[in-house]
Amino acid sequence: MIPVEYYIILSAILFAIGVAGVLIRRNALIIFMSIELMLNAANLAIVAFSSVFNSFSGQVFVFFVIAVAAAEVAVGLALIVEIFKTKHSIDVDQMSSLKG
Amino acid sequence: MTINLILFLVLAVIAVATALGMLTSRNAIYSALFLVLNFVTVAVFYLLLGAPFIAMAQITVYAGAIMVLFLFVIMLLGAERLPDSRVLPWQKPLAITLAVVLALESAYLLWTKARPAGNVLPPGDEINTVETLRALGMTLFNDYLLPFEVTSVLLLVAMIGVIVLVRREKGGQKS
Repeated sequence: MIPVEYYIILSAILFAIGVAGVLIRRNALIIFMSIELMLNAANLAIVAFSSVFNSFSGQVFVFFVIAVAAAEVAVGLALIVEIFKTKHSIDVDQMSSLKG
Repeated sequence: MTINLILFLVLAVIAVATALGMLTSRNAIYSALFLVLNFVTVAVFYLLLGAPFIAMAQITVYAGAIMVLFLFVIMLLGAERLPDSRVLPWQKPLAITLAVVLALESAYLLWTKARPAGNVLPPGDEINTVETLRALGMTLFNDYLLPFEVTSVLLLVAMIGVIVLVRREKGGQKS
């Protein structure tokens, strides 16, 4: 018997840590990992609510979110590799020009 | 203090600690490994919430495929560490303050306003039967058939997009 609020608060804390990661770190790969952490926090909240309401729709949503995250990571990492090829760095402070 | 609550608290501490470890590690490889641990912890939360299918999908897709891709790219680029050259000195304390405020605010609002009546029941024996999985499959392929198909197109688009992005032109010269 765990109140669902505990899960929601844990999800909020994990989400905030992800936000802090995006804001603090300058390594583009770690910013990407923080985005994954935020997606995970949202998934945790969805599954908790789905469990409370005894419905499978929430689990199906989480399944879709996982699929979209996989696609996003593939494209994002390809972009980072391309940036590294032109700039020889993945420091986001160096990515200040629109032209490669 | 039931066994489920103890499990939840221990797992919550591990989840927050691994997330903070991911945030603070200087080496990107350590960050990725902390994140793998965090994903596995979240998968155990899914088991506690009675969603074994999502838990297994989490481990195979996130902790398996996605993080292997991350580790592969980190090692391919050799960009484990960045030289420490901070452009904005006030950015880090400001970011930490904003993140703490966001956590407190969202936790407070969710605690007071978005409060669904109910507890998360510990999963019983019926959760691991074929019937539960069959019901999940029926939901996925009846109510959400169109989103499912659109997801397959999305994955195809992502695959083609990645190939186009990293493709080399003939003669070794990139366009």
